[in-house]
Amino acid sequence: MDPVVLDSLDPLIGRLRARGYAVVGPTVRDGVIRFAELGSAADLPRGWSDEQEPGRYRLRQGDDLVFGFAASPDSAKRYTQPPRSSLFRWRDGVAEETPVEAPRVALLGVRACDLAAIAVQDRVFLGGRHPDEAYRARREALFLVAVNCAVPSGTCFCASMGTGPRATTGFDLALTELAEPHLFLAEAGSERGGELLAELPHRPAGPADLEAADEVSRTAAARMGRHVDLDGVKERLVEQRESPVWNEIASRCLTCTNCTMVCPTCFCTTVEDATDLAGGGAERVERWDSCFTLGFTELGGAPVRGSGAARYRQWLTHKFSTWVDQFGTYGCIGCGRCITWCPAGIDITEELERLR
Amino acid sequence: MKKLAVWKFASCDGCQLTLLDCEDELLRVAARVEIAYFLEASSSRDPGPFDLSLVEGSITTPEDAERIRHVRRVSKHLVTIGACATAGGVQALRDLSDVKEFLSVVYARPDYISTLERSTPISAHVPVDFELRGCPIDKRQLLEVIGAFLAGRRPVVPAHSVCVECKARGNTCVLVAHGTPCLGPVTQAGCGALCPAFNRGCFGCFGPMETPNAAALKPRPDQKVLQLYGSRSWGQRDA
Repeated sequence: MDPVVLDSLDPLIGRLRARGYAVVGPTVRDGVIRFAELGSAADLPRGWSDEQEPGRYRLRQGDDLVFGFAASPDSAKRYTQPPRSSLFRWRDGVAEETPVEAPRVALLGVRACDLAAIAVQDRVFLGGRHPDEAYRARREALFLVAVNCAVPSGTCFCASMGTGPRATTGFDLALTELAEPHLFLAEAGSERGGELLAELPHRPAGPADLEAADEVSRTAAARMGRHVDLDGVKERLVEQRESPVWNEIASRCLTCTNCTMVCPTCFCTTVEDATDLAGGGAERVERWDSCFTLGFTELGGAPVRGSGAARYRQWLTHKFSTWVDQFGTYGCIGCGRCITWCPAGIDITEELERLR
Repeated sequence: MKKLAVWKFASCDGCQLTLLDCEDELLRVAARVEIAYFLEASSSRDPGPFDLSLVEGSITTPEDAERIRHVRRVSKHLVTIGACATAGGVQALRDLSDVKEFLSVVYARPDYISTLERSTPISAHVPVDFELRGCPIDKRQLLEVIGAFLAGRRPVVPAHSVCVECKARGNTCVLVAHGTPCLGPVTQAGCGALCPAFNRGCFGCFGPMETPNAAALKPRPDQKVLQLYGSRSWGQRDA
């Protein structure tokens, strides 16, 4: 189906809800723009924008756009890989797998970087010899409505990672918001996306609409707040193993895990076992973990990566070097969340430059 | 049936109260262990010995320093509950000044008062098997510790930062998004990131996390806070 023009998002939200999807999209809450379930298009943050820089996020009034802001603290990870999930229960000597919860969710407003992150996660969870069936179930229950970024933030660098700002693949529908006149250019990226689009009130997109959408992405690409030079980065980081820079970063690093928690590709988990006080019952729960905790590398009662320097080095080297060996792509997709949400304002792009 | 004792030293009773607050779960605890000594709940005084002693409060008097030795002698396992027993508590503020000066200002007859110069954690006096942090402790963690000791396994009480729980809960970071000073990044988890869930900064009830780097916090905390977070006197986990 060729790209079409939509005047309103309400029919889209309505049709998705009618198909049994909870429609989750950006809303203004607690002084940030973050994902919550939408009742109608009126819940979207029209007129709101954000300012993002290392260790700082502020909501501000923006242009009269519905999607005039950059990455939110939430990514699709919360839906593909929830913070906690029960794996199995043990009762009277019998283990019983906990049924996977895979609610039908339509994510409205994911960005090109988020789609790239989902593609990275797909490789991690489904690409190997031991696919994660719980991930597959949750992943298949997602309907992805992407929005092409118009207003990147000060910590964005998808353009230099080659993952954005325009969504090219991995979506059911992709929207580009145009300002004058205010409308949405919509394109389908999947069969079900095309079917849904055909049901919505629409009209064909003209050459001017297509050109205006191209211009949105061109402008956004030119407004990236950050930049990463990928040339030789994979080899360089391995060579910098003993660099004094790691210790210097560690003096500023809180090892608080925020970078890994907000990262849409960081997938590490741990399992916790709980026993029932009544006796005889137990449960194993999987929860988000981070390579910044000591417990993450605890072996024989002591952590392998005890120093903050060793932990930061592990994280950065994994993202830009060993991830490539493991999965064939970088582990970073350039969303900038780790920069914005680091309470100490450590900037991954700056540190990569210093490790040159 | 295994015997449980709950002891109180210099403290506000809030941590013991957490055990009573368990309500529904309390019945299940009582079904598995005999709560043999717990003056806040019952006047019976079992002489022991006990399989598990939960100790609340810090050591602030010469009598307490003696009594904790008795508690250790009659307890197979000794677990401290709360910030006072684990770190000295808010009353350890006296450690930063001259306690005799306080006595003369506060009491009409200071000579009636018998007190130690410092408020010290239980681990400064006797070996401790496990220290449960919090002011007060978290009910869920208390049940986990009791359950773990009954099952003979290590309790699942992570020492990482509050931020892990805060992000998992889906809170907005009050530090980054609002500029509210927050000790979450240097404080041990366990509360479920309660204060940030209500748009308040963490004020550190659970003490320093496993590797606190308070000097890296922005805004940089007061020198006294840095001193406290930098000190290694927070019980044996850090020793």
